Amino acid sequence: MTPTSKTLLAGLKKHDPRAIGRAISAVENNGDAAADLLAALDQDLINKVLVLGITGPPGAGKSTLTSSLITTLREQQKRVGIIAVDPSSPISGGAILGDRIRMMDHALDPDVVVRSMATRGRLGGLCASAGAAVRIMAAAGCESIIIETVGVGQSEMDIIRLADITLMVLAPGFGDDIQAMKAGLLEVADFLVVNKSDQHGAEALCMDMEQIFSSKQEETGIARVIQTVASEDRGIDELLASVNNFADYLRISGMKKERRSKALDAETLDWIIEMLRPRFLQAMKGNSGNKDPRIRAKELINTILATQNSPPNIFKETTL
Amino acid sequence: MTVQKTPYRVLIGKPGLDGHDRGAKFIARALRDEGFEVIYTGIRRTAAEIAATAIQEDVDVVGLSSLSGAHLRLFPEVVNELKERGGADIPVLGGGVIPEEDIQLLLGDGLNAIFTPGTPANTIIRSFTEACQQHRNHDANK
Ligand code: B12
Ligand SMILES: Nc1nc2c(ncn2[C@@H]2O[C@H](COP(=O)(O)OP(=O)(O)O)[C@@H](O)[C@H]2O)c(=O)[nH]1
Ligand SMILES: [Mg+2]
Repeated sequence: MTPTSKTLLAGLKKHDPRAIGRAISAVENNGDAAADLLAALDQDLINKVLVLGITGPPGAGKSTLTSSLITTLREQQKRVGIIAVDPSSPISGGAILGDRIRMMDHALDPDVVVRSMATRGRLGGLCASAGAAVRIMAAAGCESIIIETVGVGQSEMDIIRLADITLMVLAPGFGDDIQAMKAGLLEVADFLVVNKSDQHGAEALCMDMEQIFSSKQEETGIARVIQTVASEDRGIDELLASVNNFADYLRISGMKKERRSKALDAETLDWIIEMLRPRFLQAMKGNSGNKDPRIRAKELINTILATQNSPPNIFKETTL
Repeated sequence: MTVQKTPYRVLIGKPGLDGHDRGAKFIARALRDEGFEVIYTGIRRTAAEIAATAIQEDVDVVGLSSLSGAHLRLFPEVVNELKERGGADIPVLGGGVIPEEDIQLLLGDGLNAIFTPGTPANTIIRSFTEACQQHRNHDANK
């Protein structure tokens, strides 16, 4: 193990915020250099942690709800980790990571670790290193981890995979967003949080959602549509109680394990494609023609995989 | 993996009770448009909150904005809070309505650079870039 990884690992064990921040940067900026660190993380802690995903349209109250959940989890003496994802500009590659603003009241609590992350070109609502960030936080003693997604709509399927339990946050006045999500995230979310229940239209939204979630509700007997006023910390105890009941159900039924293993498979596949990308980009150069892309892809794969010594060579020219 | 430039991470904070946030947001957007990842804390934060956030977020540089006249107390306080949290290596830049005679005092107190109204965005971005480079070099040499 490199001396840097050794120092970081020791820091993680002491819950040192600087070490947590640096470890996540190391993974985010150059996965290869941090491989030994990731390999040495405490797997028991990673298995035990509860990962909550929070998605929903911008402005529905995801960050505010996250802050309220932190407050309640802290009252229960739980150490909490937050990963808040915002989009990178496709033009400059830069990003404004503003979810923090609503969580600043927890800034001085040593048992609340927040990491803001930019999507860096990824489209599924998370960043490529979100999974590793979860594992680092878990290994640093966080017992609950909340991930706030970008919140761009129905394409955000990444969170369903990475989180043990996914909460979709909606609020009155988001009618168009809701229509767009009916055949998508709404179907696969575990909980529907009707936030801003202090506003007109919350009851109607709730009834609408109860209908969509009725079969899920019957399946476990756990309330799946929950009203909150995140800005006033109202409804949070009820929400967490249901979430915890559902977490128990997932654990006891073996579904948590199943979800985790699916998530790891999907993440592995993502990395396979990511790691092969440079090699194939290179192979594509000067070999275009007017072939149908699907046919061309097959040919390129065959050529590259058929190359002698292809396993040791496939990363050549592209690895650091 | 391919060698790619990883974005610099910076934090823009507004310490104290000052509510003038146009400048801070202007700087945040300008940095974003130059490829920086910018964490914005919002207004009315304490020096300790800003420093703790900078450490957790592992930023390369902290930028502070103040237009209300409390910079002589608050800017050095952030520098000290960073030091206490093991972040003495993180450069701190400042800006806002700051009288000429205060600038030297702030530089003496550990601020990296200070920018006053009317400074072109390019000048400020260059300063952030240099400070970020300095911080990454410092990291690499450890
Ligand atoms: C707009 C404005 C307001 C708006 C603020 C809107 C907002 N949300 O920001 C309103 C009307 C609300 C307001 C209110 C007040 N204001 Co006023 N306001 C101004 C004014 C006219 C312009 C400020 C501005 O937005 N500039 C545009 C931005 C882009 O420029 P900037 O912030 O200076 O940023 C540039 C640089 O300073 C630098 N910079 C800034 N931050 C940072 C950070 C970093 C890291 C870096 C590198 C650079 C950098 O880069 C930017 C680009 O060059 C100034 C006068 C002036 N000319 O500065 C007074 C001024 C700041 N206000 C003043 C006062 C007194 C007040 C009030 C107390 C008035 C009152 N009695 O109610 C209140 C207090 C508000 C509060 N809660 O704190 C005084 C402050 C006096 C002082 N420092 O001693 C000023 C200087 C006016 C004056 N000459 O008296 N104000
Ligand atoms: N009335 C009301 N406003 C809320 C509630 N929760 C959040 N908000 C406000 O809604 C806005 C967006 O909240 P934010 O958490 O940033 O939403 P996000 O974009 O989904 O993260 C902010 O102005 C919040 O103060 C709520 O329960 N009731
Ligand atoms: Mg948000």
